[in-house]
Amino acid sequence: MSDAPIISIRDLRKTYHAGEVDVHALRGVDLDVERGEFVSIVGPSGSGKSTLFHIVGGLTPPTAGSIQLDGHDLLGLTDAQRTELRKTTVGFVFQKYNLLPTLTARDNIEIARHIAHKDGPPDPKFAEILKLLGLTSRLDHKPRALSGGEQQRVAIARAIVNHPAILLADEPTGNLDTENSTAVLELLRDLNQRLGQTILMITHNPEAAAYGHRTVRMRDGRIE
Amino acid sequence: MRTTLSIVAISIQVTMVLTLVGLSAGMLDEQARRARGIGADIIIRPPSSSLLNFGLNMNADVIPKFINLQPHVAAATGVLVYPTGMLNYITGVDLSEFSKLNGGFRFVQGGPFQGADEMLVDSYYADQHKYHLGDAVTELNRPWRLTGIYQPGMLARQVIPLATLQDLTGSRGKVSVIYVKLDDPDKTGEMITSLAERLKDYKIFSMQEYTDLYSVNSVPMLREFTIVVIALGVLVGFLVVFLSMYTAVLERTREIGVLKALGASPGYILNILLRETTFLAVAGSLLGILLSYVTRFTINDVIHSSLIQTIVYKWWLIAAAIAIVGAMLGAIYPGLKAARQDAIEALAYE
Repeated sequence: MSDAPIISIRDLRKTYHAGEVDVHALRGVDLDVERGEFVSIVGPSGSGKSTLFHIVGGLTPPTAGSIQLDGHDLLGLTDAQRTELRKTTVGFVFQKYNLLPTLTARDNIEIARHIAHKDGPPDPKFAEILKLLGLTSRLDHKPRALSGGEQQRVAIARAIVNHPAILLADEPTGNLDTENSTAVLELLRDLNQRLGQTILMITHNPEAAAYGHRTVRMRDGRIE
Repeated sequence: MRTTLSIVAISIQVTMVLTLVGLSAGMLDEQARRARGIGADIIIRPPSSSLLNFGLNMNADVIPKFINLQPHVAAATGVLVYPTGMLNYITGVDLSEFSKLNGGFRFVQGGPFQGADEMLVDSYYADQHKYHLGDAVTELNRPWRLTGIYQPGMLARQVIPLATLQDLTGSRGKVSVIYVKLDDPDKTGEMITSLAERLKDYKIFSMQEYTDLYSVNSVPMLREFTIVVIALGVLVGFLVVFLSMYTAVLERTREIGVLKALGASPGYILNILLRETTFLAVAGSLLGILLSYVTRFTINDVIHSSLIQTIVYKWWLIAAAIAIVGAMLGAIYPGLKAARQDAIEALAYE
């Protein structure tokens, strides 16, 4: 395993064009995340943390700067290459869970494998993870039959089923009560500690941020 | 609900095509069957006539002057055909001459007409119109007394005396079709050649040739009408699926964003929508085929229309293909819209 940071960002800039106005969402971000690190990113609305999340996740290209993600230079990637990156290198957890409502929990997880062309029986290690997530008995239920906490745990399972290099979590406890928030955060910490899963988590909540190894603060498109 | 309505709408256009084709085939097959039932070997039509155009007549005296003089002619008789509606005709017949062809009508009730204002109908027509012997049947703006009901499958559904129809239509001495029976059917080709030399420009057919002509191509405008209905079918399929898929894409914007975040390519998203479209079209086609049995039952057994619809199996695939083509055309724009959806905007969609 290489000692190089799994995420290496230098002078990253992102400018959106809203009509005739240029919005500078990122104004030169520098950040290194080591392999196996759990990093929390905090900052007020409009600080650029979501933009950083989207760029690291390969959902949108940066405007300038450099960003290395598990050996991939994201600046030069085409749309198709970024799509490929999302299949294999990153996993997303969203605030609103974003499960597909017509599929069962099991199928919501399976579809991520299908998209990544990993059809076939899941590896035994993943069964352990499902046990860790406490989902074994809830896999055949559709999202509407699951609690918010359960839905978020399914979303976490979906995000890591393809063993991504980085798990990106955007306000993963934003829609949960305290008890479920704690459970989800402890799960993320477990995944980080037991499996060495690298995690980048955006949050507004200082208590949630404290679960990470360190907290990065953003303001006005820069890291403080 | 949207899926169900889409399937029903697609099924209606499939039924529309199958019913039209079934009606065309049913009516033409029935006409051909009735022609074969006459028992003639050769059919003669006036010069310039066409298969279903009975407006042109010929002099009946060609029978004694030319036809009966030919060798191998066992019997020959002319009938006058007068149209009373779309594909419906009343036929004037000289019963004594006609019965020499194939024994004449097989009566289920009653018997041949004796007077000038009497009519025979086949049992199909009598059943449909609830006619009984002795009833007054109004046709050609005058009443006819029903004296006989015969087995269907021969000549026509309504038959009146030849002389009466000739008088009523100003066609004295004229006939529309001459049926010739030979003493040796193997001589049919030879006789047709011989008759053609004497009856220049007349249309002379063997029974096989004549019944083969009962096809969609022989009926004026039927092919064009079928094409218009098919075009409407494609248009309906296009519109239904376009609206359905467009709504689906809007409703599922967030889900599309999720799939994209998971690494789904534009082709993957397009593939999902096209598979759903194929399902709609195939399910609509199957339902449409089932509904065509309902229209057949309605047309043949419920409505007294003298129309006959058959099930034309080879059109099942054609009608389904029409539905699939229309549906696929309708899915293209919504599919591309979904495939090109920006993942971040889609994930933010409320």
